[in-house]
Amino acid sequence: MNRIEEKLKQLKKENKKALILYLTAGYPSLAATEKLVPELERAGADIIELGVPFSDPVADGVTIQRTSAAALASGTNLTKIFRTVSRIRKKSRVPIILMGYYNPILSYGLDRFVADCKKKEVDGIICADLPPDEAQELLRLTRKAEIGLIFLLAPTSTPERIKLVTKASCPFIYYVSVTGVTGVRKSLPKDIRAKITQIRRYTKKPVCLGFGVSNASQAKEVLPFVDGVIVGSALLDCIEKAGRNYLDAAKKFTASLAAVTPHPSLSPTGRG
Amino acid sequence: MRKGLRKNKGYFGKFGGRFVPETLVPALSEVEEAYRTIGRSREFKARLNDLLANYAGRPTPLYHAQNISNRLNFKLYLKREDLLHSGAHKINNTLGQALLAKMMGKTRVIAETGAGQHGVATAIACALLNLKCAIFMGKVDVERQKSNVYRMRLCGAEVIPVESGSQTLKDAINEALRDWVTNVRSTYYLFGTAAGPHPFPTIVRDFQSVIGQESRKQILKAEKRLPDTLVACVGGGSNSIGLFYPFLRDKVKFIGVEAAGMGISSGKHAAALGAGRPGVLHGTYSYLLQDKDGQIKIAHSVAAGLDYPGVGPEHSFYKENRRAKYVSVTDKEALAAFHLLSEVEGIIPALESSHSLAYLLKSKKEFAGQMVIMCLSGRGDKDLEEVLRVENE
Ligand SMILES: Cc1ncc(COP(=O)(O)O)c(C=O)c1O
Repeated sequence: MNRIEEKLKQLKKENKKALILYLTAGYPSLAATEKLVPELERAGADIIELGVPFSDPVADGVTIQRTSAAALASGTNLTKIFRTVSRIRKKSRVPIILMGYYNPILSYGLDRFVADCKKKEVDGIICADLPPDEAQELLRLTRKAEIGLIFLLAPTSTPERIKLVTKASCPFIYYVSVTGVTGVRKSLPKDIRAKITQIRRYTKKPVCLGFGVSNASQAKEVLPFVDGVIVGSALLDCIEKAGRNYLDAAKKFTASLAAVTPHPSLSPTGRG
Repeated sequence: MRKGLRKNKGYFGKFGGRFVPETLVPALSEVEEAYRTIGRSREFKARLNDLLANYAGRPTPLYHAQNISNRLNFKLYLKREDLLHSGAHKINNTLGQALLAKMMGKTRVIAETGAGQHGVATAIACALLNLKCAIFMGKVDVERQKSNVYRMRLCGAEVIPVESGSQTLKDAINEALRDWVTNVRSTYYLFGTAAGPHPFPTIVRDFQSVIGQESRKQILKAEKRLPDTLVACVGGGSNSIGLFYPFLRDKVKFIGVEAAGMGISSGKHAAALGAGRPGVLHGTYSYLLQDKDGQIKIAHSVAAGLDYPGVGPEHSFYKENRRAKYVSVTDKEALAAFHLLSEVEGIIPALESSHSLAYLLKSKKEFAGQMVIMCLSGRGDKDLEEVLRVENE
């Protein structure tokens, strides 16, 4: 079984929700990424998304634009990210998802990319600008390699899109909570519960929510309806602000989020 | 066919597609559906034709430029898009799409702009149709194109300087896409060239095809035969595809001229077809300028309208199936052509259009005895300051 899937199953048994943290790989440096991943796992992260920086990140807000640009400026690329994952794997078995945009992956070569994911023990892939309609080949390759390929749903998604995405996405569905880009927000939209309920009518797969969740109280607000939350920009802001003390700051922030994840499900469908 | 990219709606051979965040997929489907229904309605066509004729100034002349023809040793016709309201072909597209947005019930229009030509043409169309308008423009461009910024503001548009990335056209598109993701329900994204995610390459091509349709009628009337060759400059590829498309099934050669900037070998150019390789940017799979890691490179051209690292997918298709030939000329060659046309015909061409002429001058032997139509996509008034600046350096 895929490690992400295994993790989500185990959490469910323990009546816990998944805490998924996003880090831009190479920010503030690849050495920092290598240190951060195992430490965040220890502090309570269940799954780690490593952002593959891209020059033109259209789905991202200012924080991830900035961290991506910084990571690229210091020479981060997929080859180096895979090397970093190998090093992380000596210390940690935490499920790792590579999240990014299509062009760097396409340029690396789809076959080679999936083969390297397998070899370096990357467990899943998220591609922000690749809807399932355009993902035939990547779907075929990842299924064969038993690597997750996670697709997104949004507040604008129609029943047709929900049907398509829930079918293609594996092992969970990424629900984008807001119409908008990644980034910290003061409050979350009111329609989340209704939308998640709608999505669950089409699938038994776990649904995790991201974009805009920036602290424990917001996480607490949505956790009853979902199987996990994804936090990125707020963590990166915290790392950026802390400067040299980034490791401690990130651990503390992670712990504050992890404190709210043992959350019994209140899903109206009784499945969550 | 390339693996991972299947042929379906929105593809030209293996190029094109819809590589966008999921949030935008329904919005693009909505535009596609509206274009298929409203865009084909009699009411829409009647209103657009009226605007093109009585507001924008169509049809534009197809002018036999005798003085320059004498120097070239072949017969050159200029399709005078420079005479349109706003001074360039861009308005063919903005009137079409703004009318579509209006009839879809959208209240707000956003667009990207580099030099400001598409921004001005969008602001004009929105003023006319009473639509709220926001234009994203790289901060660097805002500073070097002050008069176009003022034109847009005069027409009631909000100009939003983009400070991310390279602060030029590609980043303006990124920011417009981010705005669209955020305000998707009320907002129409009026894309400026025949690139971007499906259905934009098709919609923009169709609205620009009026260039080729008129040219075809006009040349048949004047010469009783079709031309041998069509030439147009290629930024994103809208004026060129608009000229070419109505001749697709004819025995007529197509030549697209890209910007070689300071020379292809200098790395400072905008020749996506000539020196790039296929990849995905701004929602479409097409040729583009990128480094070995798939990061997008910054384009360079003295002509701001050609300064884009990508190109429309239909051109990539015509490159691969060899329906069209793509060539490039440098900043320097384009500037020389800019002067020559002004001197011998009294027509000051846009720097973009000067690229097409520069190629004809440089390769005039190739066309000996032929009849050629060149798209004069815009007038040069917008470029005077830039030309003075460059030539004083
Ligand atoms: C006068 C003129 N010609 C050509 C272009 C290039 O665009 P396209 O290739 O879409 O025609 C521009 C773009 O701004 C322009 O202003």
